[in-house]
Amino acid sequence: MLSNLAITVTVFLPLLGAGVIALIPKRSEEAAKPVALVTSILGFVLSVAILIGYYAGPAGGQGLAYQVNVPWIPAIGANYHVAIDGISMPLFVLSYLLVLLCSIYAYHHIEEPGKPKAFLALMLMLQTGMAGCFIAFDLVLFFVFWELVLVPMYFMIGIWGGPRREYAAIKFFLYTLFGSVFMLVAFLALYFNAPERTFDILALQEAGGAGAFGRQFQILAFLGIGLSFAIKAPMWPFHTWLPDAHTEAPTVGSVLLAGILLKMGTYGFVRIALPILPEGAQFWAPTIAVLSVIAIIYGALCCLAQTDLKRLIAFSSVGHMGFVMLGIASLTPVGINAAIFGMVAHGVITGMLFFVVGSIKERYHTRAIAEIGGGVLQTMPRMGAIFTYVAIASLGLPGLAGFWGEIFALLAAWNPAPALVDAGYLTLFRVLVVLGAFGTVLTAGYFLWMLQRVTMGTAPERWTEHRLPDISPLEWGAWSPLLVLIIVLGFLPFLIFALTTPDVNAILAVFTGGA
Amino acid sequence: MTDVTTIDWFALAPELSLLAGALAVLLVELFLRPERKRLVNPIAGVGVLVSLAFVVALALDGQVRSSFGQMFVVDNYALLFKAFFLSTALFVLFLSYRYFTEIRTYQGEYYFLLLSSFVGMLLMPSARDLVMIFIALEIVSIPGFVMAGLRKFDLRSNEGSLKFFMFGVLSVAVLLFGLSVVYGFTGTTDLVGVREGLAALGEDGREPLLLASLLFVIVGFGFKISAVPFHFWAPDTYEGSPIPVTAFLSVASKAAGFAGLLQVCFVAFEPLADVWAPVLGGVAIATMTLGNFTALQQRNIVRLLAYSSVAQAGYMLVPFALARPGGGDINDAAFAAVLLYLLAYAVTNIGAFACVVAVTRQLPARQIDDYAGLGSTSPGIAVAFTVFLLSLAGVLPIAIGFWAKLYILIPLVVEPTAGSIVLAAAVVVNSLVGLFYYLFVAKRMWMDPATETRDRLRPGLALSFTVGVLAVAVLALGVFPPPFTEPASRSTLTGDTAAAETAQAE
Repeated sequence: MLSNLAITVTVFLPLLGAGVIALIPKRSEEAAKPVALVTSILGFVLSVAILIGYYAGPAGGQGLAYQVNVPWIPAIGANYHVAIDGISMPLFVLSYLLVLLCSIYAYHHIEEPGKPKAFLALMLMLQTGMAGCFIAFDLVLFFVFWELVLVPMYFMIGIWGGPRREYAAIKFFLYTLFGSVFMLVAFLALYFNAPERTFDILALQEAGGAGAFGRQFQILAFLGIGLSFAIKAPMWPFHTWLPDAHTEAPTVGSVLLAGILLKMGTYGFVRIALPILPEGAQFWAPTIAVLSVIAIIYGALCCLAQTDLKRLIAFSSVGHMGFVMLGIASLTPVGINAAIFGMVAHGVITGMLFFVVGSIKERYHTRAIAEIGGGVLQTMPRMGAIFTYVAIASLGLPGLAGFWGEIFALLAAWNPAPALVDAGYLTLFRVLVVLGAFGTVLTAGYFLWMLQRVTMGTAPERWTEHRLPDISPLEWGAWSPLLVLIIVLGFLPFLIFALTTPDVNAILAVFTGGA
Repeated sequence: MTDVTTIDWFALAPELSLLAGALAVLLVELFLRPERKRLVNPIAGVGVLVSLAFVVALALDGQVRSSFGQMFVVDNYALLFKAFFLSTALFVLFLSYRYFTEIRTYQGEYYFLLLSSFVGMLLMPSARDLVMIFIALEIVSIPGFVMAGLRKFDLRSNEGSLKFFMFGVLSVAVLLFGLSVVYGFTGTTDLVGVREGLAALGEDGREPLLLASLLFVIVGFGFKISAVPFHFWAPDTYEGSPIPVTAFLSVASKAAGFAGLLQVCFVAFEPLADVWAPVLGGVAIATMTLGNFTALQQRNIVRLLAYSSVAQAGYMLVPFALARPGGGDINDAAFAAVLLYLLAYAVTNIGAFACVVAVTRQLPARQIDDYAGLGSTSPGIAVAFTVFLLSLAGVLPIAIGFWAKLYILIPLVVEPTAGSIVLAAAVVVNSLVGLFYYLFVAKRMWMDPATETRDRLRPGLALSFTVGVLAVAVLALGVFPPPFTEPASRSTLTGDTAAAETAQAE
């Protein structure tokens, strides 16, 4: 069917756009901006069309749709197998939305040394890698998209980043690559140990569900795959690349890094590690849960200690992703649904936070909280109000998007999967929930304290004299969809839950059926 | 047995036409005025193209042909290599055109020597006889000694050339001695005959002298492919040679060495694989580790690429360590892995040297620091060079280098043994080490500002074409590798394939 090509077209469209941008002569470099904008509008429209088609089409809003499966590298049995389901869909659409908003934002501001042509071409390349990850159903293909993300982000941080950009870029690159090596080895191990040698995720899922892999093998393979995803997510103690990368990256880089790249790790757990290696997942779930709660508390404590605004937001990501991982570690449908909701919410909210912080930095030329010295509500009333709104969403106020992922993750961990209860981990999980709940209080604490230091109080004279420009129309354009989404998802969480629940249940049949 | 005196002229046509091209170059140059001497480059190009046309015709013909008895065979494997060598020759000609026009020395001689060397390369994959392999190896090497010294005005060129010559002669002597002992034991120089002879010797017949002679042969080839510890000539020679010659030495000449090693190891010495495989495994680890760690400290781009090419030879040696006597499948996989890696490496490395040639026109010092700011002055070359470097690093699945490395890793983990796990770990660790210096150059180009203002590079048409075509090839094959992987896995000389071919030829 021709319509099945839709996701292929959508995924590679940005790459085509990047190619077109590369052909633009250097003297008319500004022309890259409209090209990127048109490409990302097209991509977003297509992704929304795919979403609508998913509901209206034969799939009826559940199971796989738009499936294409053709041989790609016959010699190693790798196929070009792409499809989309309810788990991929929210992240897939979100990635196109964020790239669209970033290309609008690029009209407003690109960090030194400018060069919109190279910057936007890299951004579009990044888009192909990110979106491809969410639709790949072949391990080799997944790996290709996974690594494709690395190069543009490396250059984005390394060229347009802050003062310590080179260090941050290479750290990001090597950390991810280090994990990838283990992932690749684990993928090869899966390939050779499967009853029928294959890289196909669905076939491996079936084999994994039928108990084709031994327990010892599952534990080792899960460790290999999980290590790579844990670095990307990032899970404490593998998070140390993140504050550097986020802090030094240009605004657009930070937004995409927080909005989408981190989700590739947690998505990988849900899509690959859990269903293929259920026993491995059960073995490691308590460890993951403990590390997640450490991440929540540790992230919050680090945030309290930060003097750099952007670094503070970066550490808040560690905590938020901790909730996502806690949901996954519960191995229950509620937990996974909460995790996916948390991923989307974090993408929307933290993406938005990085936009605002980027804009504040652009005006103040500093990220140091002490330098800003408070009173953003006075110098730029609208910016201050928006910042307050998004920060409060991020701390998990009920009625805004940040709430649902966290509360359901905690609820799910209170009643983890039967297999975990049987193994005697119930008390552990309940203790962790209490600690995690304490973490939400800390989160509220550091965000409110940050607001107090940044937005409130009297602005120092040197800033009031400057007459800093408030939010520009372009910024409104880039931000308003996210601002609306924060409140829409807060009031109508079932928009995401309805999409994910059937497929999450299907994937977790392994656990409920097996236990 | 076929009549040794019958000659299949069609099978020999590629070699003969290339030889004719070489002689035409030498003759025509005499009659050209100095400023028009650069015209010999297109003449050489025509010779290569005619030869390539014959190779294509032979491939379409599809028949296994032989001449001089079984000494010279044209089969899938030979044709793959011939097509590969001739394409390399074309790109080396593109690289040479402007370079030699500008240094204005010995143009006729250079192109004659270059084509002569390629004649030897065409002979190499067809040679199925120890004597023939030796002759091919010499035809490849001797013009190389002279070409390396063509920059006579530069002391380093003289030094490099002399080192190359001394090492070359020494290793050839050792090789020849090894071959003569093997002949003594088996009574034949035919590769398949040697295999049968060695197999017939059995366990008891493994005398120390025989095993030592195997190592002598390996040493001979080890020099050609610059494996540690026979690599000392490489960095100095690469640095001193004209850069197109460096590209030629690091790709074509090395590939010829690998072709010979493949034939000798996987066909003739196959029954003794349990002896030479671990040795080559050790050499592989030493080669890649030493190459990579030394490359880390280089500040001269040509020396960096020289050590990088030493390290790459190490990766290519890894599959040799998997060979087993009578191990059909695993030998097949190992053989295909070497072929694929060789092809991928060639495409990438020629591209990288083309970029170096382009930069050296403006900045002859060849320092890595000269590449600072290249990303803003000449983004095209910088993008292509980044692609080549990432492909050489071979860790990202967007360039052909990654798939080549995966092909080497897969046979290692199919049936893991202690040895293969050590090798796999060595490949992985070395790839990460390699990434450091490849990325370092990329970082220089993109993230550091230029030390002084400078103009955009003007590489000229031939060079831009080479860089562009190769960069696109590296990326396109990185996305869709089958055009590379399929011919490589169909063109092995091991196991059943070889047996079938021998039967067919007789």
